Amino acid sequence: MSQSRQAAIAGIHEYPLRVAPGVSAMQIKAASLKAALDDAGLKWSDVDGLYDAGDGEGGGGLGLAAYLGLKPRVIDTTQVGGSSYEFHTAHALRDIAAGRVRVAVTTYGSTAASSRMAIGTGGRFGGASWQTNMEAPYGSTLISNYAMVKQRHMHQYGTTNEQLAEISVATRKHAMRNPEAVKAMTDLQFVKVDNITVADVLESRVVATPLRLLECCMVSDGGGALVIVSPEVARDIKKKPVWVIGSGEATKYRENGGDITVSAGAQSGPAAFAQAGVTPSGIDIAMIYDSFTITVATCLEDLGFCKKGEVGAFIGDGHLAFDKPGLTLNTDGGGLSSNHPGMRGLFLLLEATRQLRGESTSQVNGAKLAVAHGNGGLLGATHTGGTVVLAAD
Amino acid sequence: MPNRPQPHFPEPDTKHYWDGVKEGELRYQTCNSCNAVNFYPTAHCQACGSGSQAWKVSKGEGTVYTFSVVMQNRIPGFQELGAYAVAYVDLDEGFRMLTNVLVDGDPTTGVKIGQRVRVDYEKQDSGEYPIPAFRPI
Repeated sequence: MSQSRQAAIAGIHEYPLRVAPGVSAMQIKAASLKAALDDAGLKWSDVDGLYDAGDGEGGGGLGLAAYLGLKPRVIDTTQVGGSSYEFHTAHALRDIAAGRVRVAVTTYGSTAASSRMAIGTGGRFGGASWQTNMEAPYGSTLISNYAMVKQRHMHQYGTTNEQLAEISVATRKHAMRNPEAVKAMTDLQFVKVDNITVADVLESRVVATPLRLLECCMVSDGGGALVIVSPEVARDIKKKPVWVIGSGEATKYRENGGDITVSAGAQSGPAAFAQAGVTPSGIDIAMIYDSFTITVATCLEDLGFCKKGEVGAFIGDGHLAFDKPGLTLNTDGGGLSSNHPGMRGLFLLLEATRQLRGESTSQVNGAKLAVAHGNGGLLGATHTGGTVVLAAD
Repeated sequence: MPNRPQPHFPEPDTKHYWDGVKEGELRYQTCNSCNAVNFYPTAHCQACGSGSQAWKVSKGEGTVYTFSVVMQNRIPGFQELGAYAVAYVDLDEGFRMLTNVLVDGDPTTGVKIGQRVRVDYEKQDSGEYPIPAFRPI
């Protein structure tokens, strides 16, 4: 293959619990980092690049290194919502290629479930700003914002609830094969911890029209860590390296006359594929941020897996499951059915890595190329898109 | 009766907009350099960066671009409302705003994409600023 080999994912860890009372986010970050470094066969003191989204009690650019006891040479505290980890990976690739970093790490920890955060149904608060002053009076929940994208997509292209439900069905199928996802749904007291049908999705209650409960991600505790290294370091790691071969970053927001059905992925996706030297048709595994069904649908189009407006037909035949021919989606069970503590972008990279190592619980045989696409913020308002293309040797 | 969150000040970008709302005006900006319509209000033009903008008053009529009826929320001031419609409305002057579409009866059937709507200033118990929302024409 002719793709560049400038940085590799060497170690991963997903914190196993989705309900973790009595544990802090910072403890989740530290425990996950230790496990990810062990996965790579690297030491705590090997870390020289610290990438972080500022999550955790007293963490961020000022506090995290002190808590962990690290002395990084590069500190990057990019916080762009749930896609922060795709941005971190992009920046680690850049810094490693420039010779500034040898062992880059990013960590995540959240106790969103245990602290009863109303992520999807709460409002937008905070001090006075040009944005909150214009939006807070209207009671727009996070879910209703995404729902407005779905409403417009259905209106503009004829996309149906049945087609979009295929995303929930395939994702749940994968979750039922992942013991940690099954435990997550059990611990979070899902009504039915089992495979679901399109009819189940369509019969679940409406949270914000036209989004139904089984189209919405869970709120869990959780976290994890990712270790990205230079090619020299990658020669001696325990597992086979997973190469970071392309990345793209973008933001999008409410614009006068703009098309809400187009996400930031329309910019970040093509940039990542161009750098990687691959096309969407060559991708085996798509790890797409499934905060809601519509997020996946919109991003699949924007990344170029099908034309804008045609995602309904593209996914409507149910091929997203790992054991069907064609593109495979979110084999860990996704945010819909495995893990969503608030910023799930990290898990997209972890599961893509498992697939390219051959370690997934819904393994696609011979998977060589994966894309992880994070969407942070609000799909129907201000959001970011971060795309990372990964390759196995 | 309604008890929605109020805008907070000092906030220099949106103060003139909200002063207009108190006077029954829906204000927006156009750029004196590039003529772009600027909304939400900002001191600089979001198209070209110019600091020279003119304030205009909208006729307050527009079209529903998209919407969602919120069936479940945990926002103080909204939990008592029952189902309500959040929407993006495209004003005829060329700006898009987040708002609510108020209808008599069930919003899940009373609000539609493409519907023509007009601004209505809803007085609030929560403070001095009424909130501009829209009703079908």
